[in-house]
Amino acid sequence: MIKAILIFNNHGKPRLSKFYEHYSEDTEQQIIRETFHLVSKRDENVCNFLEGGMLIGGSENKLICRHYATLYFVFCVDSSESELGILDLIQVFVETLDKCFENVCELDLIFHVDKVHNILAEMVMGGMVLETNMNEIITQVDAQNKMEKSEAGIAGAPARAVSAVKNMNLPEMPRNINIGDISIKVPNLLSFK
Amino acid sequence: MALKIVKGSIDRMFDKNLQDLVRGIRNHKEDEAKYISTCIDEIKQELKQDNIAVKANAVCKLTYLQMLGYDVSWAAFNIVEVMSSSKFTYKRIGYLAASQCFHESTDVIMLTTNQIRKDLSSPNQYDTGVALTGLSCFVTPDLARDLANDIMTLMSHTKPYIRKKAVLIMYKVFLKYPESLRPAFPRLKEKLEDPDPGVQSAAVNVICELARRNPKNYLSLAPLFFKLMTSSTNNWVLIKIIKLFGALTPLEPRLGKKLIEPLTNLIHSTSAMSLLYECVNTVIAVLISLSSGMPNHSASIQVSFSRHAHTFSLKYLGLLAMSKILKTHPKSVQSHKDLILQCLDDKDESIRLRALDLLYGMVSKKNLMEIVKKLMLHVDKAEGTTYRDELLTKIIDICSQSNYQYISILVELTRLEGTRHGHLIASQMLDVAIRVKAIRAFAVAQMATLLDNAHLLTGNTQRNGICEVLYAAAWICGEFSEHLEEPMATLEAMLRPKVATLPGHIQAVYVQNAAKLFATVLRGQEGAPADSTVAQETSQLLIDRLPLFVQSSNLEVQERASCILQLVKYIQKLQQKDVEVAEEVTALFAGELNPVAPKAQKKVPVPEGLDLDVWINEPPSGSESEDEGRKSKGKAVFAKDESRHTKPRYTEVDEKELAKRREVRKAEQANNPFYIKASPSSQKVYQDGVGVEHIPVVQIDLSVPLKVPGMPMSDQYVKLEEERRERNKADKKKKKDKKKREKGEKGRRRRGDSGPESEEDITPAHMVDIVTEEMPESRDNHIRSDPDL
Repeated sequence: MIKAILIFNNHGKPRLSKFYEHYSEDTEQQIIRETFHLVSKRDENVCNFLEGGMLIGGSENKLICRHYATLYFVFCVDSSESELGILDLIQVFVETLDKCFENVCELDLIFHVDKVHNILAEMVMGGMVLETNMNEIITQVDAQNKMEKSEAGIAGAPARAVSAVKNMNLPEMPRNINIGDISIKVPNLLSFK
Repeated sequence: MALKIVKGSIDRMFDKNLQDLVRGIRNHKEDEAKYISTCIDEIKQELKQDNIAVKANAVCKLTYLQMLGYDVSWAAFNIVEVMSSSKFTYKRIGYLAASQCFHESTDVIMLTTNQIRKDLSSPNQYDTGVALTGLSCFVTPDLARDLANDIMTLMSHTKPYIRKKAVLIMYKVFLKYPESLRPAFPRLKEKLEDPDPGVQSAAVNVICELARRNPKNYLSLAPLFFKLMTSSTNNWVLIKIIKLFGALTPLEPRLGKKLIEPLTNLIHSTSAMSLLYECVNTVIAVLISLSSGMPNHSASIQVSFSRHAHTFSLKYLGLLAMSKILKTHPKSVQSHKDLILQCLDDKDESIRLRALDLLYGMVSKKNLMEIVKKLMLHVDKAEGTTYRDELLTKIIDICSQSNYQYISILVELTRLEGTRHGHLIASQMLDVAIRVKAIRAFAVAQMATLLDNAHLLTGNTQRNGICEVLYAAAWICGEFSEHLEEPMATLEAMLRPKVATLPGHIQAVYVQNAAKLFATVLRGQEGAPADSTVAQETSQLLIDRLPLFVQSSNLEVQERASCILQLVKYIQKLQQKDVEVAEEVTALFAGELNPVAPKAQKKVPVPEGLDLDVWINEPPSGSESEDEGRKSKGKAVFAKDESRHTKPRYTEVDEKELAKRREVRKAEQANNPFYIKASPSSQKVYQDGVGVEHIPVVQIDLSVPLKVPGMPMSDQYVKLEEERRERNKADKKKKKDKKKREKGEKGRRRRGDSGPESEEDITPAHMVDIVTEEMPESRDNHIRSDPDL
């Protein structure tokens, strides 16, 4: 069984936290900090498996972590899960995110954490692995997104317009606008003598 | 009316959605908490609105805040409202929020039962799906009981998507409401043969989890799983089944035998690392449980395994597996020694440490030297202190099995710099040299070379640095100096001026052992009167070099140096008179120093007619004279384990004494006008009591002493006196043991000093050290406490 799934960045800020056992919010934050502490000490090429920290079951549970660019993906599992299998699962998760977000980066996870939760829900349910086939997962996610869009319908248009405006990044714009090659001929003004 | 709605929706346009919230928090890095509390207020306002979309938005934001660590349980009812929306989008948001923060003691959970039931029977499969996903996170025993039947029906739903989820959630339902297992189990078994691979995999998952909790009950399913294992191609399913077999094998040995064949096939055919590893693991478990040789099998497995072991994680797991095998089949691991030694070179420290552990377990007489040699190479190369120190400790552990080579290895270790184990190495050297007579000659030769090259080591003078080894070297050379080939040369090496840069305690040992060597030299020269010049030269050498030590800032060094200097001067005078001195000088260091076990005292037989429990002298008012020879006091003084025996032994005083003392004390208390008498009842208890033993003694730890001016402290003094006398008695008792510890020279000093002592009746309670300013030439003024060896 999977006890928890955590995604945090190189500074320990949580980007996604899913606990499959109940802990108070304080304990959850402590667990995140402790896990970050354990994981960030590791060197790049070393083993991906660690024993769990004190708060999350100690040596009964293992932490399986993978580091992608600025993010750490950590799955806390007990002995019934295969460690290497979970490593593969993390890989599938990341690839799915990549497909769904188009060249996913940390910002996508920051601003669309609800979407990430929805994707994760298609892979892991209640701490048990639900689906490991990437295509199957993406099919389901797409179907649900379609449903969402169709429900929003016309009433959603103003809201979508507003969020489009909010998402506009004005300073960026001039770089994006391709003016093209305009050659302006400046007349040769004679001196005013 | 319509206008109102439009107006309302325009208002709502400016609500923050999740992205706005996140952006806002990122822009308010300095006053994040304040900003968030403003946002929470806004959310509370939004939750008061009727519009479900607004509520959903608010709940979505709350989910994000929960991830940051904010408690959102106050919004539980609103979450339930959002869950009950008819729109999939909002429902999903509601269930997500519920799965993040609902738990067993959330009161509103009861309200969700009907809603969930409705969703489970919804025509929209995604509604059902979302409900099942959410429920799996917050299912309670009540919910489980109420919804078990609905979920069971769903296990036979037309859509595989639903079937899959329903099967998987059954495990959570079983956990919370175990009675649901019996009716549901047949259907679960059916699902193992479901046409959809996802459903099948979910069923395998659930049964494997159940079986791990209770293996016995699922043995009957073994044939079915066997069939699945041989037919399935899904790696996840295979991994789960193989893990399950690993858990079942201890219970059913025949199962193990049948498994080996298909597992080995899988190992050789699969390309998936994860599957390979699980197979290997299970095969190992099977082999161990079978505890039959099967060496060829394990060998072939390990070979195929090591071929693939190019990734670090795999190596780590491989090493773990090998350590498991090591416990039961050490021989099969032996053959892979080289592989393990290679692992020592690995970049990953945890792999190196595992390999080290493995090697330690693999060591035998034959490969000891080889392994240790390789380890030494590694110590040279190793950077990073923790690994290196670990390595050193392991080497020392391994080597303590073979003493002869041990010394040379220890000497080699000293050549390395930067280790913190000087102390350890030193104590090991001493230990080995003392205990093992056979290698003393060899040890001494090595130590002599070490002393010669001491200048290499004097650089590192920190505590526990490698110069501690010189301590051991000097001591060994001195004590076993009969094995030295060139005592003169070693003596000379010990007294070089550079020695003065070493730490004090090492210098002290140097000086002391220089004296021992002097005795040896003299003895060697005796009987050849023509060479008495050598003897005289030696004396002169000592007289020349020792003054440097006499001026040392370390008291210990000073003492010893000046002592020996006097001695040598005296001997020189005798030599000039051509008196044979050697024998007497040697007598100074006669007797072997043996290590004493802590319990040795108890083993000493009590001589006839000695009753250890009787007062030697009259109780308190009597005098205690210093009897016994000074020599024996000297003996007792240098007991190696003296510290352990200085605990005051409270002799069993018989009842009469106790009663007498109690009377005395009571009289004192009665006469003392300031003594606060205890209440009559407690006094009665006190009288009936066995004495003072039943009163719990509590240590009062005061920074300010309990002194009130003007109050007589007579009973305190009485107690102190009694304690001190007990201690003295304990010291005297030690003289009666048979420890052969003698340093006659120290005894001589004692002889000189104890003159004034013997005239005193009672040893004074406080020893006052009269410290004079100038360097003492004559040391008779001092009453010294026993110096440690």
